[in-house]
Amino acid sequence: MSSREEVLLDEIVPARAPWDHVLRRRETLRIVDLEGNQSADFLLYALHDDAERYSAQDTIAAQRNVYLKTGSVLYSNEGNPMARIVASTVERHDTIGGACSCESNTLRYGHHTKSHHSCVDNFLHANTRHGRGKRDMVSNINWFMNVPVEADGALGIVDGISAPGLHVELLAEMDLVVVISNCPQINNPCNAFNPTPLRVIIKGPGRIEACSPRS
Amino acid sequence: MSESSTRDPAGARAHARAMAGIRVEAMPTVPAVCAADRPAGVPAEAMLWEETLAAGGYASKILRRGARVRLLDVHGDACVSMLLFNAECPVERLNVADTVKVQWNAYLGAGRLLLSDMGRVLASILEDDTDGHDIFCGPSNEAANARKYGIGANWGAHPNARDRLLLGAARHGLGRKDIHPCINWFKPVRVAPDGATLLDAGPYAPGRALTLRAEMDLILILANCPHVLDPRPGYAVTAARVSAWRGPVTPEDDPVRNASPESLRAFLNVEEYFRR
Repeated sequence: MSSREEVLLDEIVPARAPWDHVLRRRETLRIVDLEGNQSADFLLYALHDDAERYSAQDTIAAQRNVYLKTGSVLYSNEGNPMARIVASTVERHDTIGGACSCESNTLRYGHHTKSHHSCVDNFLHANTRHGRGKRDMVSNINWFMNVPVEADGALGIVDGISAPGLHVELLAEMDLVVVISNCPQINNPCNAFNPTPLRVIIKGPGRIEACSPRS
Repeated sequence: MSESSTRDPAGARAHARAMAGIRVEAMPTVPAVCAADRPAGVPAEAMLWEETLAAGGYASKILRRGARVRLLDVHGDACVSMLLFNAECPVERLNVADTVKVQWNAYLGAGRLLLSDMGRVLASILEDDTDGHDIFCGPSNEAANARKYGIGANWGAHPNARDRLLLGAARHGLGRKDIHPCINWFKPVRVAPDGATLLDAGPYAPGRALTLRAEMDLILILANCPHVLDPRPGYAVTAARVSAWRGPVTPEDDPVRNASPESLRAFLNVEEYFRR
């Protein structure tokens, strides 16, 4: 008998596309920033009760820090650990900048950008296939996105600190639904003004294999 | 054993009615035109709401566009968590990420807007003599309060802000999925260069206040519980008073409306919403 880590999924999320998948407890999810500085907007829901979901505020309060780094625990709105960051080759990630939307685009850039693709559209499109909707939109994580906060509270999405091939890896602490919007924004530096693909890899404990009398 | 005065309906009724007129600190003033703490310059007939929230208390109210809302830290240690919804279509609600991102700043104060997830301004901060607020840390929850106080459940002596907000929201047909990221008024949290959240829990001088202006018809939910990162071992929070009164809809020459291109577009989107 033996158990080992198996690759359960290895996919490319095309530029601008949504992606969602179940991530079981003890499985890991690696997100690879293939071409560099591509924001991966990210939400988590508890698989068996999607009113329990990732909470940026609970996560920030628990670690007393606004930046997500290796070792950060991602908490739910009920105060339960959902996942932890077990590896990150990027120094830090954002969870205060939120997801772009048609509507916030009109405020940030002008009404001429209302028709652009957005992360809220991606999240809604993925979530509505599973019975979730706009009430399930909450403050998200932006992997690979850089949002510094200055002494006077000034903040903004600025040029990224990621690079081609860098990654972040999570370990699930409960059974989860992961929803990603591979950010399609073209009006700020979150994607270096050029949305590119992401790679997602799920690994988990391998199946118990039957003993067989091989030589 | 003496015979109880509440042994029959008439006795129970007399007992209940004898409570009339009792005044305690944490209660609403009904009708609000009789408000004891009417803000300066506000005529009695304009008053819409006066209510004092106990330590651990909560309340909710529907307010029309133009209404003013004053939050008062009565004794210097209030921590008022707030949810905001578009009363007409509550799936539109406060979005703290858009609020900080669109305004290019994470610290709330006079002149700042509270933005919805639909590119509109729900409320403006007209006045604010406090030391700042918290848009990062969210409400306490049952698990956090259980760790800190032993029992964190709503029915105990240390109710948590998330449950209080939930009970307020439930009064309007809303539920667990509607408890969106909140603002914590009166407890400033700043961000250090390394990202650390720095809470100044106080207590402060009594009587600090801020005034909001409703820019849309709102459902306002308030809960007054200790800040989730308050380092003090006790259930450290004191009463808060909320007062609301009628006011005019924001005119086109309003300085807050015109303070920045982003602000102007948020108001234009509201004005477009009400163009019907």
